[in-house]
Amino acid sequence: MADGAPKVELRGVKKRFGPKVVLDGVNLSIGKGESLVVIGGSGTGKSVMIKSVLGILHPEAGQIFVDGEEVTHLSGRGRDEYLKKFAMLFQGAALFDSLSVWENVAFGLVQGRGMNRKDARGIAIDKLGKVGLGPDVAKLYPSELSGGMQKRVGLARAIASDPEIIFFDEPTTGLDPIMADVINDLIVSTVKDLGVTALSITHDMVSARKISDRIAMLYKGKIIWDGPTDRIDETGNEYVDQFINGRAEGPIKMEVRA
Amino acid sequence: MNIFAPIGRAVLNFLAAAGRLGIFTGRAVGHCVRPPIYWSLLFKQMFRVGWLSLPVVGMTAFFTGGVLALQIYIGSSRYGAEGFVPQVVALGICRELGPVIAGLMFAGRVAAAIAAEIGTMRVTEQIDALTTLATNPFKYLVAPRVLAAVITMPILVAIADAIGILGGYTVSTQSLGFNGYVYLENSVNFLTNQDVSSGLIKAAVFGFIVALMGCYHGFNSKGGAQGVGAATTDAVTSSMILILAANYILTSLLFET
Repeated sequence: MADGAPKVELRGVKKRFGPKVVLDGVNLSIGKGESLVVIGGSGTGKSVMIKSVLGILHPEAGQIFVDGEEVTHLSGRGRDEYLKKFAMLFQGAALFDSLSVWENVAFGLVQGRGMNRKDARGIAIDKLGKVGLGPDVAKLYPSELSGGMQKRVGLARAIASDPEIIFFDEPTTGLDPIMADVINDLIVSTVKDLGVTALSITHDMVSARKISDRIAMLYKGKIIWDGPTDRIDETGNEYVDQFINGRAEGPIKMEVRA
Repeated sequence: MNIFAPIGRAVLNFLAAAGRLGIFTGRAVGHCVRPPIYWSLLFKQMFRVGWLSLPVVGMTAFFTGGVLALQIYIGSSRYGAEGFVPQVVALGICRELGPVIAGLMFAGRVAAAIAAEIGTMRVTEQIDALTTLATNPFKYLVAPRVLAAVITMPILVAIADAIGILGGYTVSTQSLGFNGYVYLENSVNFLTNQDVSSGLIKAAVFGFIVALMGCYHGFNSKGGAQGVGAATTDAVTSSMILILAANYILTSLLFET
């Protein structure tokens, strides 16, 4: 691994679905231990970008590097290995509804790494504690939890296997402002305590300002602005200004079709 | 407007769909035969797919055997050949109706359940979550279901054969005046191993089709509730059509031997 190389780097990544171009040459790099938030309107390809890095979707062009090594076309075992560095908190938490809370948190340890259930359960309860949930929650099923609690369990599941990089997909969407702030605090403390690299996508500017060191804006499949979070208000970019101030009037036109 | 454009588009779409299904089938089979196998998931699916299908399959087999006896009696009595009812019922059930009726019921129950479950997992990103947790969705979701269906379907059909013959026996002895002992003796002596085994081979193939269609349509479902509903419908109808088509092909192949 080359020292000083970005943890994750995207070079000219392009992805389209049929005639619709979603990513049109995305260049982005995330340093080790950095928390980057990508902002952008709904349907601008933020999720597609994350799923391309995880190899769930395959870009048509461009390259993706993790720790300086190209992972764009990895498959099979090689892909499983690099995926072990990653974890993801999904927008709807994506908990397995047939499994209890602790089994969800321990899933990556038991299925992915072959740990025995007893040890995995201990770790799961420890990780639940880290996101502020007591051992009494461990036996419940995801459907018995509120949206905010599901997000916490999702976060516990993401950190269970000690990942190096965590992706957060719209971490505060659908939560009330207080719970959103709780999740923001948890993300900040997780990133700081574990020293992980974080890539989040959101359109919640309160959340974006709170959890990021750096912000990049994705518009029409390209990164149109990229800079430190404290400079987001003085970018001089009218697209960014319109977005962060939430104005209906401006250069960005809402697209009807997804 | 070019009249060939829509035809070409339809052909291309068809080829693309066939290719996708082919790749999916290949991956599914690969994960079924390559270790590791998740045994606990396999047994759980065998229970859900096989054991819980028994009542439906058993009941349909019973009524089918009964109605077969009645119809054959009506037909054969025109030639004074009523005595052949037990043999024809046994042959019809074991070679044809046992596997096909069980297969169709299995499609209605199992393809729908698999497509709805996996489809919901797809639209709630649970399948993507599996990938990020270093677990292959084919290994974890598809292989146990396909294996469970291929293993349990022949067992179900063997039971359906017995219950179907029992249905014919019940109708024949209760309302057609057959002697019970003679009826059973004629059925058993008449059947050859090949009559039964050809039905069980069909059963395994039908089980494969049903689980594969359920998984395939579930995996490819899009959107929300409507997408999952469409996937479920597609899984049931496509597995039924494929069962009937495969039935013809298998019968003509097994006919030779």
